[in-house]
Parts: sequence; C-alpha cells; structure tokens
Amino acid sequence: MKIPKYPALALLQAGLTIVTLHTPVALAADGKLIATAGLSQIEGSGGGGIVPWATISGYDSRDQISAGAVVTQVDVDDYRLTMLGASLSFYDSLEVSVAQQRFEIKGAGIDIKQNIVGLKYRLYGDVVYSDWPQLSVGMQYKHLEDGDIAAAVGADNNSSGTDFYLAATKVHLGAIAGYNAVWNLTARATKANEMGILGFGGIKNDDYEIMFEASAGILFSRNIAVGIEYRQKPDNLGLGEDNWTDYFISYIPSKDFNLTLAWAELGTIAGAAGQSGLYLSLNGQLW
Amino acid sequence: MKKFATLCFIFSLLTGCASTQMSLYDELGGKDTVAQIVDNFIHEIEYNKTMFTYFAESDIERFREKLNEHLCLLANGPCTYTGDTMEQVHAGMNISESDFNLGVDLFIAAMTKANVPHTVQNKLLAKMVPTRKEIIYL
Ligand code: HEM
Repeated sequence: MKIPKYPALALLQAGLTIVTLHTPVALAADGKLIATAGLSQIEGSGGGGIVPWATISGYDSRDQISAGAVVTQVDVDDYRLTMLGASLSFYDSLEVSVAQQRFEIKGAGIDIKQNIVGLKYRLYGDVVYSDWPQLSVGMQYKHLEDGDIAAAVGADNNSSGTDFYLAATKVHLGAIAGYNAVWNLTARATKANEMGILGFGGIKNDDYEIMFEASAGILFSRNIAVGIEYRQKPDNLGLGEDNWTDYFISYIPSKDFNLTLAWAELGTIAGAAGQSGLYLSLNGQLW
Repeated sequence: MKKFATLCFIFSLLTGCASTQMSLYDELGGKDTVAQIVDNFIHEIEYNKTMFTYFAESDIERFREKLNEHLCLLANGPCTYTGDTMEQVHAGMNISESDFNLGVDLFIAAMTKANVPHTVQNKLLAKMVPTRKEIIYL
C-alpha cells in the first residue's frame, strides 16, 4: 500500500468524485442527534479520544455522505504528539480516514512521523435507535516514516503494521437520572508499540495480541459530554509500556464543530515513567 | 480498570436512586405542557420547508389531537390513543432517516420552548426511540 504525500487531499479528491457521481445525496450531513456522532480518536478513526468506536464519524444518515477534519495535540512531560486527520463517511456505514501523527521527543530534536489509513464498516445497528449496541469492524494500516528509534529500541518491524478491531457502542437516552449516557467497548488485535510510533512487535513478543479498550460518558446537556476512557496496550519491547487512561470534557456547540479537552495519563513511554498531560482536540465537519 | 468499575457502579446507583413514583406524564407537567409541546411542534413544522411538505395535505386539527393522545400514551399518562397505528399513519411517506432526525430536532426545540427540563426531554425521547422502525422507509 502506497501512501500519497498528501493523503488528506487525495482522500478529499476521491470523495468529491464519488459525491459528484451520486447526485441525489444530501451534502450537509445532519442525520443524527447532536453529540451522537462521536469524535475522531488519536489514530484518525471515529471514536472517543484514544479509542475507536463503532460510530461512523460525521453526521451522515443512510442517505448522506459527510467529511470531517481533526487536529489533536497531546502534550505530556517528555513528549508531544500532534495528529492531523481527515475522514469521509458514506451512508452511516463506511468510514475512510487518513491521519498523520508527529511524535516529538522534547528537547532531543527528534520527530517521528507515522501515517495511518483507517477503514471502518458498520455491521449492525444504530447507536441510538437499535435495541442492541451498534457494532462495527475496522482496521488501521500504519506506516512509520521514521523507523530509526523503533529499530533502536528493538522493534521487530520498524516500517508498518495493521491493527484490526471490533467495537460496540450504545447511547442510552435519559438513562442516568435523565441524562443521556454513552459507552463503548473495543477489542483490538495489534502488534503496535505505542500505537506504532515505536514500531511493531519486539523482543518480548512478536505476535498479534488482543487488547481491550473502553469508554463511558454522560451528556450533561445537548452540547456537553464528560467521560473516561481506557486503553490496554501490549508490552512487546519489554520497556514497561503502560495502559492509557483519559478523562475528557467535550463541547459540541453544533454538528459542524466540537472541541475536546482531556487529561491523559499515559504512564511509561519508551522507559520514561509518569507521562501525563493535556489532550486537546478540534473536530470540524466540512459537509 | 478499577476506576472504570467504580464509575459504572456510580452510574447504576444514580439510575436506581432517580426512579420516582411520578409518571413521566406528570414530570412533563401533564396535559397543559403536552398541549404546549404539540402546539410548538406544529409551529416548528410550519416554518420548516422539508417537514411542511409532508404535512401539506394533512388535517392539522386531527394531528394536534392525536399527537396529544399519543404523547400521553408514551408518557404513561391517563389517556387512550384513538388514532391509527404508526405504520398506518406513516406508510407511503417513505420518511428517510435524516428527515426523521429532523423531526426529532424540531420536537426537541418544541420541548425546550415549553420549558421542559433537559432530563425530562431525554426520558420522553427514549420512549419515542422504539417507534422509529414503525415510521421510517415505509
Ligand atoms: C417518533 C416520531 C413520530 C411520532 C411519535 C409520530 C406520531 C404521529 C401521530 C400520533 C400522528 C397522528 C395519527 C393519526 O392521525 O391517526 C402522526 C401523523 C403524521 N405524521 Fe408522524 N410521528 C412521528 C414522526 C414523523 C415524521 C418524522 C414525519 C415526517 C417527516 C411525520 C409525518 C406525519 C404526517 C405527515 C402525519 C399526518 C398524516 C395524515 O395527514 O394523515 N411523522 N404522526
């Protein structure tokens, strides 16, 4: 798989072509209840902040297409991660996303770039309306552009890897003292070390492992969501890679725009312990 | 994972404690508030081009009466619904998912204008959720 130099542009172009071929499609996607489309997670897929959800990013309904863009920065003690992403969603059923992660080792002048292409397909349900949770399968193909550090820390593969996941998400209207609640559970098969930034597989383990990820939140109004996320991670390199937790608050003033602020506790990364800090994410729906 | 379990526990406590003897109809404010929601909703429909086209040929007085009864029924109020089933009413309209959602957005606006609190709005919306499959794409 070859990644174009400007994956976001290529994706938008492809999307526009599809849209122009499909004339009767409504372009301003607004076919979901506000705040039920979710956000874009740190690898570009529709989700929470660090966990991919079963939701298809964007407010498209069965007759609509939507496109969105996201920028996220996580700033912890010794590292800073910046993510730029874009996604296209088709008929609330298929999501295609591209993202670039830039991982900066503070004070060392080292920048590690990773490109990610994500695909997600909804298998069943509607997060709000079906009796059972919405279910989706997805994959994230990750291409590490700067693999030197990964090689240095003993990654088995320092160029690319693919994660596969199954996610279930449900919104319960009025469930908690009248407030809407949302939860998500994801099982991910992965070899990635620190999402792939430190390569794939390592001295300790070189096989796919199943990791569990979860999110839970309450919507205190139509525009404010508060919650917590958890993401289990493998320790293939034997560097004490930790599971991740974050506590988030999202402000969703309209279907076109939302802002998330979180406190991220990322534990030990590449041997440096106690990495925590602010997570800030801006999401926009282009149509 | 422990934090997560604690959170889930708190969630379930909150849900338990919040259950009261009052019917949702009472919580909404009874007959008067429901009538006000319906009036506001009709007003919203009149000013929305997409929604209005569906109702262009409708008997609005009948709709007003039946929707009052239907909401009363959904909210466990003391009424009998004398209208037709959701399938019968909406069959042939081929209401899309996004138009249904537009209806919900307008309905939320109607409740907000009738000063229905956010939490009570959600409880009524939760009662409407199962009816969607009897309304769209028919
Ligand atoms: C949960 C959502 C909905 C509920 C509970 C609901 C309920 C009702 C009720 C109780 C009636 C009157 C029935 C009767 O006259 O016997 C009605 C009529 C009608 N509804 Fe709905 N409705 C919903 C959604 C929608 C949507 C989304 C549309 C259009 C986009 C729509 C279009 C209509 C129309 C046009 C009529 C009048 C039919 C006629 O003139 O005979 N409804 N609805």
